[in-house]
Amino acid sequence: MSDATAAQHTSEAHAPHGFISTYVFSTDHKMIGKQFLMLGLLMFLVGGALALMFRWQLAYPDQPLPIIGASQSFIETEDPATAMDRTWVDLMSAEEPGWLATNMPYGVIQPAFYNSLFTMHATIMIFFAVMPILVGCFGNFLIPLMIGTRDMAFPVLNMLSFWVAVAAGIIMVAGFFVPGGHAAAGWTAYAPLSADPQWTGVDWGQGLWCISLIVLGISSLMGSINYITTVINMRAPGMTLFRLPLVIWSLFIVAILLLLALPVLTSALAMLLFDMWAGTSFFSPAGGGEPLLWQHLFWFFGHPEVYILILPAMGVASEVLPVFSRKPIFGYKAMVWAMISIAFLGWLVWGHHMFQSGMSPALGTTFMISTMFIAVPSAIKTFNWLGTLWRGSITFTVPMLNGLAFVSMFVIGGLSGIYMASTPVDIFIHDTYYIVAHIHYVVFGGSMFGIFAGIYFWFPKMFGREMNTALGKLHFWLTFIAFNVTFFPMHILGVGGHMRRIANPMQYEFLHGLQWMNVLISWGAFALGAAQLIFVLNFVWSILRGRRASDNPWRSTTVEWTAPTPPPHGNFPVPPSVHHGPYEYSVPGMEQDYLPQTAPAGATAH
Amino acid sequence: MLDWLPENISTYGADIDFFFAVIYYITTAVFFLVAGAMVYFLIRYRRRAGRKAEYTHGNNTLELVWTTATTIAMFLLAIISKPVWSEIKETRPPADLEVRVTGKQFNWEVLYPGPDGKFDTDDDFLTDNEVHVPVDSVVHVHLRSKDVIHSFFVPVLRLKQDALPGRTITAWFEATRTGTYEIPCAELCGFGHSGMLGHLYVHSPDEYSAWVDETWPANQS
Repeated sequence: MSDATAAQHTSEAHAPHGFISTYVFSTDHKMIGKQFLMLGLLMFLVGGALALMFRWQLAYPDQPLPIIGASQSFIETEDPATAMDRTWVDLMSAEEPGWLATNMPYGVIQPAFYNSLFTMHATIMIFFAVMPILVGCFGNFLIPLMIGTRDMAFPVLNMLSFWVAVAAGIIMVAGFFVPGGHAAAGWTAYAPLSADPQWTGVDWGQGLWCISLIVLGISSLMGSINYITTVINMRAPGMTLFRLPLVIWSLFIVAILLLLALPVLTSALAMLLFDMWAGTSFFSPAGGGEPLLWQHLFWFFGHPEVYILILPAMGVASEVLPVFSRKPIFGYKAMVWAMISIAFLGWLVWGHHMFQSGMSPALGTTFMISTMFIAVPSAIKTFNWLGTLWRGSITFTVPMLNGLAFVSMFVIGGLSGIYMASTPVDIFIHDTYYIVAHIHYVVFGGSMFGIFAGIYFWFPKMFGREMNTALGKLHFWLTFIAFNVTFFPMHILGVGGHMRRIANPMQYEFLHGLQWMNVLISWGAFALGAAQLIFVLNFVWSILRGRRASDNPWRSTTVEWTAPTPPPHGNFPVPPSVHHGPYEYSVPGMEQDYLPQTAPAGATAH
Repeated sequence: MLDWLPENISTYGADIDFFFAVIYYITTAVFFLVAGAMVYFLIRYRRRAGRKAEYTHGNNTLELVWTTATTIAMFLLAIISKPVWSEIKETRPPADLEVRVTGKQFNWEVLYPGPDGKFDTDDDFLTDNEVHVPVDSVVHVHLRSKDVIHSFFVPVLRLKQDALPGRTITAWFEATRTGTYEIPCAELCGFGHSGMLGHLYVHSPDEYSAWVDETWPANQS
């Protein structure tokens, strides 16, 4: 403790920081990382709540939502029976229908609102939950600490990148409250549906959606510039590229992907805005435009985007598995080249989202081949994670449980992708729940479990306190079980031909026999949502009252654990030097079963 | 899993179902191998007093082997998938019947060319959401849209093709069994996307003649 205080005094050459510069406009990468974490976790809960609403509608089509909806008795007799019923009578008899009366009269979700719900669920989860946590939080917090430097290359730019992201978030949430409601064309916003308000009745909402994502893109670009510059220029002496921890490699690669992919999205969004509000016809055939152009542009960004969502989680798994197997990562160089291959090949597969779109089938074949190939580096990584476990000395800590769930659930998600890669099979499963199952196995099963693993793992260093282990294990098991109950049956729904983005499956006779699965899935989702409250409770309580953590509670080799807990401004009282690789565990001849990267040279040849 | 597929009444549907099965067996086997290995390692290599983890950084031969094996397997899957894809989307057997289906929020407008066999002539018959075809006949479906992207999806035919405004895309099928089957829309097309539904009526030769006579009474022979 006194070390940290002393370090704080020596590294602070100027007046003590007030509340605003410590917690609001901090330029310290660690505080900015935590700010991104708070933004991401809050939006994760919002995005999840949206899902629970449409899962209710899917399980019980056109039934009033529980608690806030009108009672069954009122629905049947039109005689108000509860206070809620009377509130609805008042709301529905207002001269100008309010927000509730328009979107869910008596608590029944309307089809147009349903479309907004799944659009915003995906948009918020992808752009405002997963990316801020994996890239904004882990990138910011870990890069300087793990490469052994004092802060990011551009601390003020870093601070701006967070507040620009917040601005984007405010714009996005505002879309719910404008006339016409929020964007309702899916997170994929296919034109012409999205490009002309006459097709959806949504005008401002779709426009704000575009503007929000353009603004968020600016935030990400600022972050990318910082991450790339910092990793290239500011590594501690001895921290060669091939001694970088794999999570830093993943974040470095992701920063490059963002830099190259976001401008394409930004351009497409600008063109969409012009079509909506400036009378152009980029995407409308009536004016000489081409609907498929939107899809090409969107997916040229969109496919690298999904690798942006998974690579840092792969990085986290590659940190956690060695620590809790007390074994070096199996095949470090192969792991690096696999991530680089995924990033490179990721630019060549976008057309697999467009196999049935009317794009030339011959082009479809080329995308099938590149898509089949991109499975290979992910498979290599999976085999190397298994190799890391083999002959290890494994402890099942909370981060490890989440890391293992990442590997196994990502395997399922990756294997389901093979069906879609085969163009003839995709004819049937495209736009069915098979795709939804795949998406959630890789983004929840993959990215979210990776996020949980990372939070539980680095929490002590971030907050100087420990999270409660019993609550952590309870959260893990409830989440793991509820996750599979929710998303595995979606594969079966897809095989049965259940389409995506429909509000009422009972409108289709061929889906009646599958409806019991929709009920099961929805209850799994409700349980999954409830389980996250345990995490929130643990997280908040531990920040406020958790037991103080030691500097290196996990006995890990990487450089961040040599900084005080929590690290002061400037991170390291003495700038570190690196002499070893990142995963020197159980080195023969050593008493201690780990060799820190910063330990003096000579203990081992690495 | 495969039992959940809807019945197949399509000539090329059997090929699609075959690939589905092939990939299903391969991925299921791989999953159990990988998950099995993982569970085995987690049990066998739990931390135990007195046993250290093995200090190894990997095995280059193993990397080469599993990379090559996976690459070959994926490449083979692509190679064998291609002919079926071409059969369905790139080539078409000559049509016994042509029909034009136009997606329009939120219906399938179906135009039959009539006895003269030509579209946009006086004997055309236009209706909503009903596609009548004879069994064992090659049907060409000329897909269009009047507004946004829709997707013509007939689960029992294993047929799906997006319908775009501004162009005509032709899909084909041959139904092998009579009956009435649903045609949902499979691309989000607005607030009426859910419930956008047509029906495919596959008729026996007699039933089809009767339907033709009923639809074009002036032309009865």
